[in-house]
Amino acid sequence: MSQVLILPVILPAVLAGAIILFAQGTLNAQRAISVLGTLALLALAITLAQTPTQGYFLGNWPAPFGIALVLDRLSALMLLLTASLALIVLIHSIATGWDTKGRHFHALYLFQLMGLNGAFLTGDAFNLFVFFEVLLIASYGLMVHGGGQARIRAGVQYVAFNLLGSTLFLFALATIYSTTGTLNMADLALKLPQIPAGDTSLIRTAAVLLMLVFAIKAALVPLQFWLPGTYANAPGPVAALFAVMTKVGAYALIRFGTLVFPADLPATGALIASLLYPAALATIAVGAFGTLATRSLPRQIAFAAIGSMGTLLLSVAAFTPLATAAALYYLIHSTLATAALFLIADLARTRRDGLTAALFMASAIAMAGMPPLSGFVGKLLILDALSGDWLGWSVILLASLLTMIGFARTGSELFWKAPAPEAATESKAAILLCLAALAALTIAAGPIGQALSQTAQALHHPAAYIAATQLGATP
Amino acid sequence: MEVLIAAAIGTLTACGIYLMLRARTFPVILGLSLLSYAVNLFLFISGRIRLDAAPIIGSGPYTDPLPQALVLTAIVISFGMTAVLVIMALGAYLTAGHDRIDTQIDTDDQP
Repeated sequence: MSQVLILPVILPAVLAGAIILFAQGTLNAQRAISVLGTLALLALAITLAQTPTQGYFLGNWPAPFGIALVLDRLSALMLLLTASLALIVLIHSIATGWDTKGRHFHALYLFQLMGLNGAFLTGDAFNLFVFFEVLLIASYGLMVHGGGQARIRAGVQYVAFNLLGSTLFLFALATIYSTTGTLNMADLALKLPQIPAGDTSLIRTAAVLLMLVFAIKAALVPLQFWLPGTYANAPGPVAALFAVMTKVGAYALIRFGTLVFPADLPATGALIASLLYPAALATIAVGAFGTLATRSLPRQIAFAAIGSMGTLLLSVAAFTPLATAAALYYLIHSTLATAALFLIADLARTRRDGLTAALFMASAIAMAGMPPLSGFVGKLLILDALSGDWLGWSVILLASLLTMIGFARTGSELFWKAPAPEAATESKAAILLCLAALAALTIAAGPIGQALSQTAQALHHPAAYIAATQLGATP
Repeated sequence: MEVLIAAAIGTLTACGIYLMLRARTFPVILGLSLLSYAVNLFLFISGRIRLDAAPIIGSGPYTDPLPQALVLTAIVISFGMTAVLVIMALGAYLTAGHDRIDTQIDTDDQP
């Protein structure tokens, strides 16, 4: 059993504690610890991406009695995405001085990464709840970083919405536990097909409750109301980091939809897909109309992010290996594109020169799904995977058009009509990194697509994942 | 016993949801607390009701120890989260001068 598997969770926790204890007064030390820690996380994620599927048992308690972490291809992908995004956003927040506008930015940032990494690694449903809470409580602090009336008021809404989500999560977990007697995800995958017929309705209720919780995280209509206010009022770099927070919901939906409640499970059957599909369509529509209707740039990006979550989950809702692979490609793309746009919106508050406008145009094109950047490839893969679904096709294509019109209008108003303030500080390094990642994603679409289709195959045939938890093994 | 606990959970949940739907922060926080009490009870009895039994496998009847561990975690987390929410709501109240939950900075809803 490799001990490396626990490091993405422990390392940021220890470093965040070290920042609070020993580097309180010195900004440079905080920055150094934070950057080095994020770099280490990136190196760890690259190492883990080459590791085969395996389990880690905390305290060496055998699953399902102890807590198991499981690293599979999807977890490794999400770890890599989180670490890359975290590094880019950290560079931006240091270069623009956002980290000096309030206390404990770097400690909260590392705690946030700990929660994200833990949520992606855990193989236990209750432990997933705990890591959700860890990443949420750090995000509450980050969201109101810098203070201000509008920000704190939006923060209260965000916290209240997520507390309600946590309560639903616990109701779902308790229902599942009382029916099956286990909360280990691999163990659930084995036990759920054998539940007595009388418990079917309980499991269906729990499945829908769980999906509701993940839908809140993924900002699926009609549970998306928290997102525009939160993202538009959060500090720019924090909103960019939050681009990966909605993906936690998508990750959990994919994980539970393929492992715990697969389509061939008699108790739930196509229940999840049949609920997810119309909700995803509505999400795309709300995102597109919101992008068209809003005037402030951060709020518009937030609606575009909602629309991209809809596109992503429409592909997830098909629950075929092809569609899942397309969804994973689009997930990477939309995380990076949303982050790039939020960083540009942050920059455009103080500086609107030609290069900023060009960067905005490139990111907006990527977000809307036009060639040549990865948004086009991602949407193409999704349309290909959904071939025959004329409703999905027309909604996705129309939404792309509306998103593009919305961004074109805001972009021309912002960069051509408004007087251009020329702030002394400029730092486009992080945005350029983001766009470079998008370009790399486009150029390497072939090999990445192949790796992702293997990931999707492994998700839809989770034998290796279940074997990695070594159920029934004795210590 | 079953009826008593079920009724308690039901009442707590109903009151919690009612208070959640208010448009001021304070009732919403109370509602969230009531909901978390309800879910704590719900978690606690998910291992079935068993009286006079230790959570240890040995001779005689035993009760499932896992829900008790889960509910402890849930209590700690919900307590911490409520504290964060109270502090943020206080901050919002002190900066805005009122505790309406909607983010619109409007003046017409002042009494």
